Amino acid sequence: MSAAAALDTARPALPVLQEKGQREVFCGLTGIVWLHRKIQDSFFLVVGSRTCAHLIQSAAGVMIFAEPRFATAIIDERDLAGLADMNDELDQVVDRLIARRPDIRLLFLVGSCPSEVIKLDLSRAASRLSRRFSPAVRVLNYSGSGIETTFTQGEDACLASLVPILPAEAPNAAKSLLVVGALAEVVEDQMARMFEIMGVGPVRFLPPRRATDLPAIGPGTRYLLAQPFLADTARALEARGASRIAAPFPLGEEGTTLWLQAAAHAWGIDPDRFQAATAIGRERARQALARYTGRLTGRRVFFFPDSQLEIPLARFLARELSMELVEVGTPYLHRQHLADELAMLPPDTRLSEGQHVDRQLDRCRAEKPDLVVCGLGLANPLEAEGLTTKWSIELLFTPIQGYEQAADLAELFARPLVRRARLEV
Amino acid sequence: MKLTVWTYEGPPHVGAMRIATAMEGVHYVLHAPQGDTYADLLFTMIERASKRPPVTYTTFQARDLGGDTAELFKTSAQEAFDRFQPQAMLVGASCTAELIQDDPGGLARALGLPVPVVALELPSYQRKENWGAAETFYQLVRAMAGPSAPPPGSQRPARQPGIRARCNVLGPAALGFRHRDDVREITSLLNRMGIDINVVAPLGATPADLARLGDADFNVVLYPEIASQAAAWLQRMFGQPMVKTVPIGVGATRDFVREVAEIAGVDPTGILSAETSRLPWYSRSVDSNYLTGKRVFIFGDATHAIAAARIATQELGFTVVGLGTYSREFARELREAAKLYDVEPLITDDYLEVEEHVVRLQPELVLGTQMERHIAKRLSVPCAVISAPVHVQDFPARYSPQMGFEGANVIFDTWVHPLMMGLEEHLLTMFRDDFEFNDDEAPSHLHNAGAAPMRAEETVVPAVAEAAALTTDRPVLWAQEAERELKKIPFFVRGKARRNTERFAEQAGLNTITIETLYDAKAHFGR
Repeated sequence: MSAAAALDTARPALPVLQEKGQREVFCGLTGIVWLHRKIQDSFFLVVGSRTCAHLIQSAAGVMIFAEPRFATAIIDERDLAGLADMNDELDQVVDRLIARRPDIRLLFLVGSCPSEVIKLDLSRAASRLSRRFSPAVRVLNYSGSGIETTFTQGEDACLASLVPILPAEAPNAAKSLLVVGALAEVVEDQMARMFEIMGVGPVRFLPPRRATDLPAIGPGTRYLLAQPFLADTARALEARGASRIAAPFPLGEEGTTLWLQAAAHAWGIDPDRFQAATAIGRERARQALARYTGRLTGRRVFFFPDSQLEIPLARFLARELSMELVEVGTPYLHRQHLADELAMLPPDTRLSEGQHVDRQLDRCRAEKPDLVVCGLGLANPLEAEGLTTKWSIELLFTPIQGYEQAADLAELFARPLVRRARLEV
Repeated sequence: MKLTVWTYEGPPHVGAMRIATAMEGVHYVLHAPQGDTYADLLFTMIERASKRPPVTYTTFQARDLGGDTAELFKTSAQEAFDRFQPQAMLVGASCTAELIQDDPGGLARALGLPVPVVALELPSYQRKENWGAAETFYQLVRAMAGPSAPPPGSQRPARQPGIRARCNVLGPAALGFRHRDDVREITSLLNRMGIDINVVAPLGATPADLARLGDADFNVVLYPEIASQAAAWLQRMFGQPMVKTVPIGVGATRDFVREVAEIAGVDPTGILSAETSRLPWYSRSVDSNYLTGKRVFIFGDATHAIAAARIATQELGFTVVGLGTYSREFARELREAAKLYDVEPLITDDYLEVEEHVVRLQPELVLGTQMERHIAKRLSVPCAVISAPVHVQDFPARYSPQMGFEGANVIFDTWVHPLMMGLEEHLLTMFRDDFEFNDDEAPSHLHNAGAAPMRAEETVVPAVAEAAALTTDRPVLWAQEAERELKKIPFFVRGKARRNTERFAEQAGLNTITIETLYDAKAHFGR
């Protein structure tokens, strides 16, 4: 495979600019905005402050759902002053919630900055409530607090909390593949079909679409990360005996091919069969991508840290669309999970980890990139300064993985540039 | 601990941000964990601000908690000062930093910055956004204007003859519901009355502007939720009277003109006879007959809700069936207003409770916030938004004030537009089984026609199961043919007819409602 040959793992590690200062990022609670739609019989109850409630509501933006599957148990001064027993209070809130929503099968108690700082033990609360509502409702807990998690790490914490309750695979079960990370349903279905054609299977997905449909796991489980921000989940899976199939992430034609190929290797699939299975998808992705190369080739892109998707995205833009990487910022760099991605980046890529937003803005303004990938707090102000931006949260809410979405992903980056070119006002 | 699905107000530090962001030359250093920076997007996305809010967050993480978060605060404050060179700084803590008790005020003092530093104490577990905005504005006004206050007890010198009266316009802030346009409308009204504007604050004001607030003869408080505390202090310290009427609606605008004229010593008759709105004539024109007695539910911040109730009753001829606010600080004012319309005041910040009320009251129009818009949408009840919390739609590109005479025009259009037009309503009543035009259709001038509606009357929303139980748990039964007859009544009055008939049956001690009962009740209650 030519793509595999491109992996230059022997190359010395790229230098990383370590930044410390104001971080203009979401906390892990934000993951609830997509997770509550992904697992259809789940509910997310944040135990936190009014700020937490306001954050999720605002991050969800205009997407005010008829009946969201999330809510906040807002801690008030009575709780803090010890006038009310917080555990009793929490139990009452959960009672009210479950009475209102009898369809809930899985309830996540989500820790927040305040609940972590006052050391409210949500794991005890979860097991107490689980006993009480068992078997109808299972109660788990994880922390989405800003002091511990950045944006997508909330999904990591959520999935990691699911791992201990996954059923155990039968002792001599055949090898199985677990695809880990929340994906759009259309993407999951495409991948499932692709694995089936290749002869890789059985394939399961984490998180499942329904909490009653948890995938079994055991020493025969090989897992493939579909998202780059799942460090804790990976650790938890390995503690249950599963082992990781190292691969780049399925973004772009090349990323998708290498990702699928890693699974094919693990299953010992004949290279011809792999070629046959992927040829149509690869060709279609390449054709569709060609439409955007003209618009993106040679354009200079600057990534502010946000979702941890930055490095795979940068790799895709640099290698498949010939964009020039000015700076690739990531909130956190997991060197092991991103080893293949890092090896594929152009050798002089400037990486930064962490953030000092004002200094980074200085660098960005000085560089005058053609496109800035950043969060919602920065996008309009940068546009007003004359820069063109792609707001990054959209990359989490859009199906972007796999062959059929490769061009959609390119289009997300091309659109702001096209728009800028069209407007004459 | 309280179960909250949606919140009407953010935490108090967001209120402080609304003041800092509205102003020029102010910088706010907020001790807060990472994630709290989400608040920036309220301004940059909802209001489409072209600048970042002037806020530096310390964004501490778990690993900082073991170390020195106080030092982190000091570094952040110093760096922010060096970089942004503000005329005044605000310092404070968000909810999490409040728990770690680092004392931002003391830490900032220790830096000895060469500008006024206002330390904000905003109890996050007790107070909310509007309170935080009011407190921040008050503290800033005190800090900046305080030094020039006359000695206590001194008399305010009378204005020299021939000099135009000057006033401050207080309250407009960032993320305010139509504040931008209200300021323009009211400023121009005051100017036409022969009154000059000394300072508009906080919107567009600098700390130096706040320092000269005392130069004005009086204060106009446009948004009591934000400015009444500061205005009360200015009244005490500078002897500046305050105009309390909020000019939303034709009647209130006229009252406002009279009150201003009285305080400023100008003659209002010219303005009152020359200035007008189209609302009074549009409301009197015969096509508006169908608006008569429309049952309207009103919820919002206290100022807008109270104003809306007056307009609804006196200027549009609606019937107010519910009136409420999430502004607990103004509960007294709202209770008094509710008495005028003989309705139970609803003082709550619980979205679910508001929803239960809407379901129970079965209004024909909801005037509320973005939250009520969702309730109304789900129940297929027409709705217009009258108050914050704001949404990107509440920052229209066009000039669209709520206040003054033009504001009354905007309100007429906004509230009447979602309703079914009069003749259309009649045709539906006469021919309700027409396959192309029946009461499952939206009004023909609205573009969401064809959406499958869910009527308040037959709602299946789980959220309101309790409320529904309350209304159906009655011993009175509907005979089948009476139920069928009820269905012939268009949906927008069906709920009222059902409720009236059941009430009538109960009072008459009937167990079963027949067609006769239905018409007896109709005769008894009238339409």
